[in-house]
Amino acid sequence: MKYDMIIAGVGGQGVLSVAAIIASSAMKEGLYVKQSEVHGMSQRGGAVYANLRLSDQPIYSDLIADGTASMILSMEPLESLRYLHYLKDDGYLITSENPELNIPDYPDLNELLQKIRSLPNALTIDAHKLAMEAGSGRATNMVLAGAASHFLPIKPETMKNFIKEIFARKGDKVVDINLKAFAMGRKLGEQLLKS
Amino acid sequence: MSEMVLLGDEAVAMGAIHAGITAAYAYPGTPSTEIMEFLIRYSQKNKKPVAQWCANEKTAYEGALGVSFAGRRAMVSMKHVGLNVAADPFMNSAIVNIHGGLVVVVADDPGMHSSQNEQDSRYFADFARIICLEPTNQQEAYEMTKEAFELSERFHIPVMIRLVTRLAHSRAVVQVDGQREENPLQKVPDPNSWILLPSNAKKQWHELLEIQKEMEKHSESSNYNTLELNPDFKEFGVITTGLARNYYLENLPELTPKPSHLHISHYPIPVEKVRALANHVKKLIILEEGYPFVERFIRGILPIPLEIQGKITGEVPAEGELTPDNIRPVLGLKVRERKGVVHFNLPNRPPQLCPGCPHADTFMSLKKAMAEFQKTMVTSDIGCYTLGALPPYNAIESTVNMGASVGMAKGAADAGFYPVVAVIGDSTFLHSGVTPLMDAVAHNTNMTLIILDNETVGMTGGQPTILPYSRLKDVVLGIGVDPAHVHVVTTHRKFIDQNAQLFLDEIKYNGLSVVIAVRECVETAKRHKKEQKKA
Repeated sequence: MKYDMIIAGVGGQGVLSVAAIIASSAMKEGLYVKQSEVHGMSQRGGAVYANLRLSDQPIYSDLIADGTASMILSMEPLESLRYLHYLKDDGYLITSENPELNIPDYPDLNELLQKIRSLPNALTIDAHKLAMEAGSGRATNMVLAGAASHFLPIKPETMKNFIKEIFARKGDKVVDINLKAFAMGRKLGEQLLKS
Repeated sequence: MSEMVLLGDEAVAMGAIHAGITAAYAYPGTPSTEIMEFLIRYSQKNKKPVAQWCANEKTAYEGALGVSFAGRRAMVSMKHVGLNVAADPFMNSAIVNIHGGLVVVVADDPGMHSSQNEQDSRYFADFARIICLEPTNQQEAYEMTKEAFELSERFHIPVMIRLVTRLAHSRAVVQVDGQREENPLQKVPDPNSWILLPSNAKKQWHELLEIQKEMEKHSESSNYNTLELNPDFKEFGVITTGLARNYYLENLPELTPKPSHLHISHYPIPVEKVRALANHVKKLIILEEGYPFVERFIRGILPIPLEIQGKITGEVPAEGELTPDNIRPVLGLKVRERKGVVHFNLPNRPPQLCPGCPHADTFMSLKKAMAEFQKTMVTSDIGCYTLGALPPYNAIESTVNMGASVGMAKGAADAGFYPVVAVIGDSTFLHSGVTPLMDAVAHNTNMTLIILDNETVGMTGGQPTILPYSRLKDVVLGIGVDPAHVHVVTTHRKFIDQNAQLFLDEIKYNGLSVVIAVRECVETAKRHKKEQKKA
């Protein structure tokens, strides 16, 4: 078993937190994991991505090869297309619909979303709205993690336990919001799986 | 034995802790920063080792040398260009008889993710005639760091650990074991080996050359230099160094028959192993993360009967990082099809100054002041404010190395240019900007220096500046800048016009002036607010 994924977004959107939750959960289930991150200069409001590799065999490369990723999970629609060359034929693309408009030449959002939806196995989610419903816009990345959870070779319970663990020090309310966001995302992911 | 999830950087830090270091020093620099951040967190919990940020890489290195002089183990870490700054103590520390183990960790940045060049530190190790170990994964980063201390004490030399970005910033499980005790406090027995007067230095250099053979022998038998010969396949063999091995092994399942393979991670280069492989095959393929260091060495300048393919001949890309994909052509593998091709115009999203960044306000003031002149020059430096080169600011015109803004402004003014302004951050100023400012003071150069003081080392994640911002003015006055032309102002959107006027007045002054534009970085301000709330 081998599961490679790209987690994409803009600096400050919680790419590394999502990567950490998936990576730690996979390790807890006894998988080999490599998680390559972007630190430093490009973090300042620029495009960032993490390479996350899970396997039941030892992993050599920290980087994912072209056309071999099982999933692109993106916190931002434009960023979801930047790494498309990594995705394999039957790979999934899951992205938030909410744009990060910090560049002057951001494309027309409708055209962009249409483009993404026209791809095979793609799901766009109004993750911010769901996160607000769950109780906080800051849980947007947990909605996306929930949507992705169907496809990952990890039990959702393990991920939930990890969400509890990392948010525990922020209090029960924050834990509940994030778990709720995760559950809402998971429900949407189910639809993608069925279609 | 226990398991930890560690970045490559953190695995090095853990290795150093378990090797019994007494102290570690560093200056922040991507991709090496997380080594010291880990050590500082560890040290806050466990009361040791000494783990400190320093003014620059040179002072960090000299601190580590002192620890070794006192018989104890020390580590100094930096990014690749940091070793240029520390080159003086580095080169000469190879000549003395290293006493307590001294390990220098250098994190290279092939691909230039956060750097101005992709220099390969293995050349520096070779230049100093010392051992270099190059881990290819987090586990090796941990183990090699421990071994580096042993080698340092055995050969009485500093030992280099060379990392690259993709290992420094990649996380995996590492098996760690127990901790060794610190060395006892015991001064160098014979200080003559550390007093590098020519008479002593000649003797020491001779000794360093004498032990080269032993180092080579040790390299030859090192478990980190692995040679696997396939007796049934002679068409080509592969040499890998560093992360190239990972990408090679990733592709190996598609290669039949399996080529003979030599991996080198322990330098000096194991010459006999290279010869054994070369004698076995008709062609050598050399895959290296970084410069073609091994390739150049093997290729030489005289004709050899063997064909060598690598970065010099262009079969392997000579620029940027290796990847699992870009080494496929030289191995005779088909390039993987990029199926997910986007037919959509994707604008770039370069890094940028954060909303509310104090530098942005200073740049607006500067642009306003400079609008008074037809021709202007603004030299700059390394830090978040380097992003002032990009739109919408387009406010700076040079970024070369730490501190260069000040010396370059002086040179340009000496050459006859006017007006010349240098902009530099608080930490970069203390790192390497004070000394060139002395030059400008000595000649009352007609230039204006703006110190962008955000009270932190911003680009690397908000480490504390070595001196608090309130001391900067005293430093500037202390080296003799005319107090009438030293100003400290708050930089803010609401002061853009008045600061622009001050800049203009000082630019018009025929002589050296310094304006310190202060406001805390928005990121560290947020963090400090949170910490206060907690307390």
